[in-house]
Order: sequence, then structure tokens, then C-alpha cells
Amino acid sequence: MQPITRIHSRTAVLADENIDTDRIIPARFLTTTTREGLGRLCFHDWRYQADGSDNPAFPLNQPQASGCAILVAGRNFGCGSSREHAPWALLDFGLRAVLCSEIADIFRNNALKNGLLAIMVSETEHRWLLEHPGIELSIDVRGEFIELPDGGRIAFQLEPFARHCLLNGVDQLGYLLQHSEAIGAFEARMGEAA
Amino acid sequence: MSNARTLFEKIWDAHVVVAESADTPAILYVDLHLVHEVTSPQAFSELRERGLQLRRRERMLATLDHSTPTLPAGSDGERPYANDEARAQVAKLEANCREFGVALHGWDSADRGIVHVIGPELGATRPGMTIVCGDSHTSTHGAFGALAFGIGTTEVGHVMATQCLLQRKPKTLAIHVDGQLPKGVGAKDLILHIIGQIGVDGGTGHVIEYRGPAIAALSMEERMTVCNMSIEAGARAGLIAPDETTFAWLKGRPQAPQGAAWDAAVARWRQLPSDAGAQYDREVRIDAGKVKPTVTYGTHPGMAIAMDAPVPAARNAQERRALDYMQSEAGKPMQGTPVDVVFVGSCTNSRLSDLREAAGVLRGRRIADGVRMLVVPGSEAVRRDAEREGLHEVFTAAGAEWRVPGCSMCIAMNGDLAQPGQLVVSTSNRNFEGRQGKGARTVLASPATAAASALAGRIADPREYLVEVAA
Ligand code: SF4
Repeated sequence: MQPITRIHSRTAVLADENIDTDRIIPARFLTTTTREGLGRLCFHDWRYQADGSDNPAFPLNQPQASGCAILVAGRNFGCGSSREHAPWALLDFGLRAVLCSEIADIFRNNALKNGLLAIMVSETEHRWLLEHPGIELSIDVRGEFIELPDGGRIAFQLEPFARHCLLNGVDQLGYLLQHSEAIGAFEARMGEAA
Repeated sequence: MSNARTLFEKIWDAHVVVAESADTPAILYVDLHLVHEVTSPQAFSELRERGLQLRRRERMLATLDHSTPTLPAGSDGERPYANDEARAQVAKLEANCREFGVALHGWDSADRGIVHVIGPELGATRPGMTIVCGDSHTSTHGAFGALAFGIGTTEVGHVMATQCLLQRKPKTLAIHVDGQLPKGVGAKDLILHIIGQIGVDGGTGHVIEYRGPAIAALSMEERMTVCNMSIEAGARAGLIAPDETTFAWLKGRPQAPQGAAWDAAVARWRQLPSDAGAQYDREVRIDAGKVKPTVTYGTHPGMAIAMDAPVPAARNAQERRALDYMQSEAGKPMQGTPVDVVFVGSCTNSRLSDLREAAGVLRGRRIADGVRMLVVPGSEAVRRDAEREGLHEVFTAAGAEWRVPGCSMCIAMNGDLAQPGQLVVSTSNRNFEGRQGKGARTVLASPATAAASALAGRIADPREYLVEVAA
């Protein structure tokens, strides 16, 4: 994974609460056996009309949302199914960060493992961000703050290990494999106990 | 500080390979890794690309359930897959299991079924274990007092290669269910009621332990229904302490220990329940006596109410959107709403007891004209048992379709789906927009409510039918 230190972009807003992973990528597209190319299916049933044309009512279809890499979403984003296809699709769609007051556990975990910054901010700051679509933000992963256009800052906290992995491009499987000996010792102990 | 520990803490402590620190999460050992065709192919590919092997293939249990057709193979032996991708995805898991030496409970197995139904059936799910699967409803296995939770595909790869996961210790939430469920009200009504109370994010960051007399009184199947939907409250996992009901259910299952090993295991399992005085991070109390037949009226499982209660008015734009999508009317009860499709199945409600519950309502009756009803057993074992009892004949005589095991309309990726605008009364676990087909409107309910609604052609209270049977 590439190290990620800073994301700079305008924001796009999807204010709905409880946007579940079925909405991010509908189940009928999960027959894929690769991670690639899911961006065109991202938010599919919300984004397109029945005839396949863009749904003008979908906020991310608005011209001002084009090119935005930071999504501000309503509370409890990513709830529901554990499908990692959701962060794969969002990344391939062009997003690099999701800001929210609360993000569902499994989605947040999956997102961070793929370099999609899933960041939780306070409710007050969240409300403010929802009310100000299109502002320029700069997310500083090392300093754990979001810089606003006027120089103001919103602090956030990442789980320290997730932050370390993002900053240094650490491969978590590689990290686990370094502990093979401890795992072997655990298995030996467990064998005796059983 | 007392040394009293919760059930969760006991299981967690017993599986820590490397303890967590401020900088690093714990390395947690996984006893059982369940695998299906949808969330595993990319993990197998990663292993192959990195030249890695499975660490403990005997700790894996694989099956085919999500993309599989529920109509039988044709006379040419061809299975009616929804599309070529679905067929290819199943073939991929078959090939991966062959290449990596994983036991696959596939098409030719007498045990194939929904992964969360067959794990317990085979006795692969046992108290005190850690169990994971690339599937959020892994929480089902918590019914046995196992710490069971869903993971993403990257983590599926981690478990394949190391049998371990990087995990921060979650918080605990005790849900005490006091009293007794009224007659004709079941586990599905209870869990929908609970999620309606605590909300779809009420359990985020927590492992729930369901406790109290109303929980202890549940059968294993009912406990699985409750734990299954823990994720719908946002919880990491749901747990119920193992007891005599658990041991009796597991005894003699193919993978359960036998003889002296069984006695030793039961002695260990008896130590698992939370100690008196153990502390939880949060506690909630629910009165089972107040639960009624419960259904959903919106587009997430937290929008659940008693079917005879008025649908609450929308409090914001998005609740309004949910009511519009569902065509639910604020102030009016869900009971009486016309029904197009009824689905009995899914890892929430596709076990033998669920099918008996639905059949008990349907026996000797016909479903309403214009209603389509699908009954999909959770596993080949459930199918065999149900057919031995003649339940399939009850269903087909009533006008329902009796299918081959699989996830089917729960996730609607195998071609079993509803049409735009159709209202589906479903025993599954998610009523998200489009979950059962684009534009389909899902109402979650118990098997008894689903069956009663099929008969009436409208959302109906099963107790009306049960009374007649008893008379
Ligand atoms: S039945 Fe539904 S919830 Fe259960 S494993 Fe299958 S798709 Fe998932």
C-alpha cells in the first residue's frame, strides 16, 4: 500500500443517515471475483435512472461534486453487509476520505485497510460540514486534523495502528506474518489445554 | 477491582496471542473460519500472488450459498444460475478449495447450506470459540456462547495466512430481557423489537450479551435468530451464555467431541458464563412481556414496530424518504398492508423450527390469490428433515414454492428477487432499499407472520390463525 499523509480536496455531501453497503454497491454486483473496476457500479441504483442515464437527483451527479475526493456522509455510514466491495467501489469511484460523526465498525475497518480514510468527527463539526458542501479541506493524517479554508482546524483521532499503517504504507498481513512464532507457541499451548 | 469477567472477556482472554498496547491492536487467534463464494476469491488470489499457504486448513469450513440457484438442476444436469458471473464465482471457490485443500461442502455434499446454518448443524460451532467469516451475520454463532463476527476480505486473507486477526478489544453491552414472551410471539419479534428500541447504531463498537429469563427460555434456533441480527444494531457480535439447552443441542453432532472429550468440553463450557458482578460498559433492559408481533415499516431494521401500532411520523427528510419508498403511511398500522411476495428463508429464519412455525399456520389452507410465496430451507439437512415430516407438502399444497437451500431472496443475487414496487414480507434480516430487488419493498417479520400474511394477502397477525388450529 502507498503511504498516505495528506488528502486535499473539495467536499461532496450525501446527507442521508444509515447509508448501507447495499446502497454503496448492490448485492447483485457481488458476483465479481476481483477487486477492480467497481467504481462504475458505486451507488448504482441511486446514481442511475432505470434507462441507465444519470439520476439528476443524486447529489454526486451534480457538476459541483465532480472531482471531489472527500465525502461528508450522514451518520452511521457503511452499516449493514461486511462486503469490502464497498470501499473498493468508493476508491475506484475516486473518493479518498469519508467524514462522518459515526461510521459502522466493519466498514471503517475495511476502508482503512484499503487506504480510504474513514474519519469520525464530533456531531457539531459533522453538522457544520454537512451544511457546507464544496469547501476545500486538507486532511492531515500525521497531525490528525482537518484544515478548513479559513485556517481553522477540526481534530480527529485514528486508531494508532491504522494511522501508523497509513503513514508508512505498512502491509498488515506482513506485520501478522512477523508474529508466526508467537502464533505457533499459542497453538502449542492450546493443543495442550484441549 | 474485582476479577469477575464477562462471557466475552473470558473468550477474548483465551484467544489473545499478543496483547494489545496503545500502539498496536491485539493479535487474536481464530478457531473457526467460515468461507463462502462471495467474499473469498480476492483473498485466495492474494495468497496465491504472495506465494502463501493456508496456515490451518482444517480450521476452515467452506460452502456455496449466496450465488447458488434455488431451483434444481435441469435434466441435463445444468444448474440454472442467474448469470455467467454467478456460475464462475461458484466454480472459483470450487477450484480454490481444490487447490488449497479446503473441505468444501459443495453441490455434491449432503451438508451444503447457508454458512451460518451448517456451522452449528455440523457441531463446528461450539461454546468458547472465536469464529469469523467474510459475512456480517457471523454473529449468528454467538447463540452458542462463541465470539463470532464478520470481517472484510482483506481480513479473510489474514486469517487464511496466519489464523489470526488484528483486533482492538470492543466494549460490552448487556441486554437484559426480563419476563416472558407472550404466546404467539417469537424470537424474531423480540430481536426486531430490541433493534427498534436501541436503533441501528445502538450496538456500534460493542459486543452484545443477551441475558435474562426470556433469553434462557429460548431454544437454540431462537437464540440463533436473536444473535443473527446483532449486526443490524451495529454490534460487533452477539452472545448468549451456553447452558444445558446448548449442550443438549450440540451433543452427538458430527464435529462435537465425543465420550470423555465431550464431558471435558462441557466442564470447560460451564465456566464460560459471565461471573456474578461482572461489569459491562453499558446495560439495557427490555420487557419481553410487552413484545407483540413486530414488523418493519421503513428501510432499515431499526424502523420496527408492533404490526398493530401506528407508523410513526417522519422526523426528518430521510425518514420521509423511507416512508415514501415503502409507501408506509404515518398514523396507520402496517397490519392490513397488501402483500405481493412472501419469503421464508435466510440464516435468520430457515431452520426446521422456522419451517414448522410457517407450516403450522399454512396447514390445510391456501395462500391468497396473486401472492407468490417462496420457502427456502437453510440447508440440505433442514430440507431432508422438513421433507421427512411432510412440510414441503404443506407448503406446496398451500400454493408456495419449495426450493433448494441457499440465501435466495435474502440478498437476491442468485436471481430470486421481487419486482420494483412489490411488497415482500420476508423472514430475512435486511430491509434496505433494493435489497430484495431494485425498487422492492421489504417488510421484515417472523415465519408465522410471513405465513399468515401469505394467507391473508395482507400483513396479518399469526395469532388469529394459531388460535383456530388450537381450537
Ligand atoms: S441468508 Fe442472507 S444474511 Fe444470511 S448469509 Fe445469506 S445473504 Fe447473508
